[in-house]
Amino acid sequence: MPEIVGWVWLVVLLPFFGFLANGLLSFVAPRAKTAVSVVGVGVLVASFGLAAGIFGGLLGHSDGAPFILTFWHWIPVGDLQVDVAFQVDQLSAVMLLVVTGVGMLIHIFSVGYMREDDGYARYFAYLNLFVFFMLVLVLGANFPILFVGWEGVGLCSYLLIGFWYTEKVNADAGKKAFIMNRIGDFGFLIAMFLIFKTTGTLVFTEVFGLAPETFAVDGPTITAITLFLFLGCTGKSAQIPLYTWLPDAMAGPTPVSALIHAATMVTAGVYLIARTNVLFAMAPLSSAVVAIVGAVTALWAASIALKQWDIKKVLAYSTISQLGYMFLGVGVGAVASGIFHLVTHAFFKALLFLGSGSVIHAMHRAYSATDRHEDAQDMRNMGGLRRWMPWTAGVMWIATLAIAGIPGFSGFFSKDEILAMTFARGHDEVLYYVLWGVGTLASLMTAFYMTRMMLYTFHGPNRTGERERDHLHEAPWVMTAPLLVLAAGSVLGGLLNLPHVLPFHGWLTEWFAPVTGLGEFYRAEMHLEAGTEWSLLGLATLIAAVGIFVAVRFLRPAKLQPAAEAPEETGFGKVLFRKYYIDELYDLVIVRPLVWLSDRVLWRGVDVGAIDGAGVDGSARLARGIGAIGSWLQTGQVGTYIFIFVIGVVVLLRAVSGP
Amino acid sequence: MYDLLTAMGYQRWIIQALLVIPVIAAALVLALPASAKQVALWGALAEFVVSIGLWWVFDPTLATMQFEFVAPWIPAFGIDYRVGIDGISLFMVLLTTFTMPLAVLGSWKHIKTRVPGFYALLLVLTTGMIGVFVALDLFLFYVFWELMLIPMYFIIGVWGGGRRIYAAIKFFIYTFVGSLLMLVAILTIYHLVGRETDIYSFNYYHLLANIEVARPWAGWLFAAFALAFAIKVPMFPFHTWLPDAHVEAPTAGSVILAGILLKMGTYGFLRFAVPFFPETALDPRISAVVITLAVVSVIYGALVAMVQPDFKKLIAYSSVSHLGFVMLGIWAATIQSVQGAIIVMISHGVSTGALFLLAGMMYERRHTREIAAFGGIARVMPAFAAILTLVALSSIGLPGTNGFIGEFLVLVGSFETHPWATGIATTGVIFAAAYLLWAIQRLLYNREPSEENATLRDLSGREFAILTPLVVMILWMGLYPKPFLERIEQSARWFVVQVHEVDAPRFRLAAREDVEEQR
Repeated sequence: MPEIVGWVWLVVLLPFFGFLANGLLSFVAPRAKTAVSVVGVGVLVASFGLAAGIFGGLLGHSDGAPFILTFWHWIPVGDLQVDVAFQVDQLSAVMLLVVTGVGMLIHIFSVGYMREDDGYARYFAYLNLFVFFMLVLVLGANFPILFVGWEGVGLCSYLLIGFWYTEKVNADAGKKAFIMNRIGDFGFLIAMFLIFKTTGTLVFTEVFGLAPETFAVDGPTITAITLFLFLGCTGKSAQIPLYTWLPDAMAGPTPVSALIHAATMVTAGVYLIARTNVLFAMAPLSSAVVAIVGAVTALWAASIALKQWDIKKVLAYSTISQLGYMFLGVGVGAVASGIFHLVTHAFFKALLFLGSGSVIHAMHRAYSATDRHEDAQDMRNMGGLRRWMPWTAGVMWIATLAIAGIPGFSGFFSKDEILAMTFARGHDEVLYYVLWGVGTLASLMTAFYMTRMMLYTFHGPNRTGERERDHLHEAPWVMTAPLLVLAAGSVLGGLLNLPHVLPFHGWLTEWFAPVTGLGEFYRAEMHLEAGTEWSLLGLATLIAAVGIFVAVRFLRPAKLQPAAEAPEETGFGKVLFRKYYIDELYDLVIVRPLVWLSDRVLWRGVDVGAIDGAGVDGSARLARGIGAIGSWLQTGQVGTYIFIFVIGVVVLLRAVSGP
Repeated sequence: MYDLLTAMGYQRWIIQALLVIPVIAAALVLALPASAKQVALWGALAEFVVSIGLWWVFDPTLATMQFEFVAPWIPAFGIDYRVGIDGISLFMVLLTTFTMPLAVLGSWKHIKTRVPGFYALLLVLTTGMIGVFVALDLFLFYVFWELMLIPMYFIIGVWGGGRRIYAAIKFFIYTFVGSLLMLVAILTIYHLVGRETDIYSFNYYHLLANIEVARPWAGWLFAAFALAFAIKVPMFPFHTWLPDAHVEAPTAGSVILAGILLKMGTYGFLRFAVPFFPETALDPRISAVVITLAVVSVIYGALVAMVQPDFKKLIAYSSVSHLGFVMLGIWAATIQSVQGAIIVMISHGVSTGALFLLAGMMYERRHTREIAAFGGIARVMPAFAAILTLVALSSIGLPGTNGFIGEFLVLVGSFETHPWATGIATTGVIFAAAYLLWAIQRLLYNREPSEENATLRDLSGREFAILTPLVVMILWMGLYPKPFLERIEQSARWFVVQVHEVDAPRFRLAAREDVEEQR
């Protein structure tokens, strides 16, 4: 083991130390913002440096076997032995870099973005804690440790979504995120129970080693395990049917949306499937479900993004849609491609969110300078911002071209690879041609809605307001510099895994071979002729170009009116704007009936009414009633007693003497 | 530490000391009424400090009773003073001694009338509770069982809230009905075993060894024990005394009720009802009924907790839900599920005790328990908010806290024998998040604090002193539960073996061990 890998515990512990320090500062010295920034950002820089070193150590040591570092025995009971242990391998090393690298940039950005917030120290404490849990998630060497991170990031997401907690909508959004994630966690737990019951262990390497002899390929057990795991993924990674929390999660500060709800936490589901790819490879039915849900979610969310006015909502649905692509990738068995898209998406989507953060920051300051209370996130209040924010506009265009899939940019390669692999599977099963079609259609929509967002935000006339206009300006350098780094990543990220037909291709696929190799045996061969691959690349380019062209040609930023004066949406546009009314549906079908059942039936009906009313108090009344009859008989008048006595004797005599 | 304590003869006198110290302290409280609460605090602390030695001298490799002590009490009827501690009772005793100083501190400002009487009763109650957990003579057990009932009745009835009389009587009658039936069962076993062996004795081991002779009556005897314990747990549908008792009791009363008294029910199942009558308890029909009620308790308690407007009532129903996990774990009878059940017993005592203490702190500030009266108070009470959030998360079962360890072990263990019931019970993790986070939101967030709430002060030094040990326990048990698990392990194993001797085909434990040896 390279010596530096042994230091991985420090990568994890540094952010935790940051959490403790900033948490303490938030109580004793909430105004010590310099100290908070130094600690908050410092731990991430150190963590990233060390993570890069570990990655380097792994580069020079590629025999493939994972390094397991055990720290202490956590839950040792009978044959259940759960250790606090980390696994450093090709997959977790890449995730380490993404989490600490993108995390570091977003921490730096936050220094500028949150500067004037009263909860500055608390914010950095939560953000550091998030990174800690995310690192536990990607490093965990067994299911329960991964679950610690899994739940921990959910907790931080909850705390950060509801960061401005005195607004009810924010607190609601945080709670909704946590509870929907818990529905997914239910699936994760059941999957763990099944795995332990069948293999007798929860350690990754042991489970994957035992899987071939324990499970029948395509058998009911392995299918159930993987489907329950995937239920966990749909919660954490916002896929159908558990995606509705993510758009609401935009209530949190924008850098949080970039870090947690775009680049890292929401990709945990994709990571989990990549980690357990052996199990999914043995369960073709579950893999197909993953691919179908991924493709459908990609299209569904993209269609909603077409009609959103809130700049962050567009990006939120875009994230759901892009996560759908990643699931399509790991679902068809292209594990490396799924993670490839995860990495490039971390660059360009973090960039888009941070860029939107700069925009919102500027809008917000403009409105507060003139004391107007307009929506600082509604694109109808923006327009022409490129004049005031050229850097932000420039880097966000780069990210837009990347996500839309323009050749040369990173998103083109990663998304195309997923679609190409899906197409390749179509040769054996027609289903995958359909999924390829769905993905391609979603890709057309992506190019359109992203261009729409850019046009409405940065081009055309400005709609912010006469007086407000003077207060618009570019964000400070501490916010713009991280954007430039991410822009570089959005352009160059594609080099990690170029298509087969190009030179230096498939580096990442090869890098992941030790992780994906176990499942390779069970997967269908995915092979494309060079000609087909060229055609697919060409088609993808065409689709992206058409999406952008249509948006530029037909959208009229000049005709938009500010949000306050804008007309209501009508027709299908309204259905899209209202997100297909899914939130309303869930409320009507699940939330309300459950509350009604608990309140009216279980509590007031069963508890208070039946058990207490009829049972407990009823028996008390019965006892009291019998007592009352007794005391009614005891009148104290001898005459009455003799009367009753005589009747009694007569009755007894009749009974004894018989008829 | 071990050598030092041994040199002091700790093993011989510890249990007796734990039973006597509170009584002496109670007498001192009554003798020095002016400084009653200080004396009570010192008494409770002394009890706790003395009990801590158990942590070191307890031998985790033994499944048998330790520190046993026997003295004849009423020889004519074969009644002895017979006490001992094993891995199951060890933590019940420690939980009791750990909770009592906190309960005293939690009453510091709250109890203003008849102060000496209150603290004297609390201390007597301590003796009663420890007695229940250490008694190895069934008559002695019954005496302690009733002994703890009376102080609790007065604590609710005299120092309680508005409906305290109703709640106290309901608590008393519910429990008493159960315990009378249990007395009949104890006497029946005593006579049956005595007639057969010619040794009339209430000795736990003697009765356990010869319980075969009671087999014709096993159904009825088990039912009598089970009813007494099920009321105490409490299991649906015998739980309705709990919300009233919890809500009306003063803070200390609620803390002790939830933290310790409820565990007497599950302890009774672990120590008496199930080991005495394993074939009855695990009879498929009986087992189906118990498991169903356990799962119903989990879901029902959580759902009803969700819609409570009163914070203490919400916690009360959450207890029904958590104790459902314990019952599921006991009946699933695998090594993981039983150890998990005992861990849930401990951690529920810590977390729910902490929740009631926090509820008491809110009540002392605003004189209301209505969740709707609060909102936004994280703004003015940030430390309170942080601790309440952490405690709630431990109750939800967040990994890294104590709540996760127990729940996870119960579920992972129960899944081996009862996958469907466990699957349904697992949905409890969703509902737990729903009711606690919703309550947290309405208490701490949602709006700027209203006028009455804007001036609330954050935690005082005394309140920090109460909460800090609880927070430490929550994290310790969550991050490094091994010292707890290894002390429980042998006794849990004994229980599993005891239960499964009659049920060989489902006895997976032995099979697993063989496999391990072969490896």
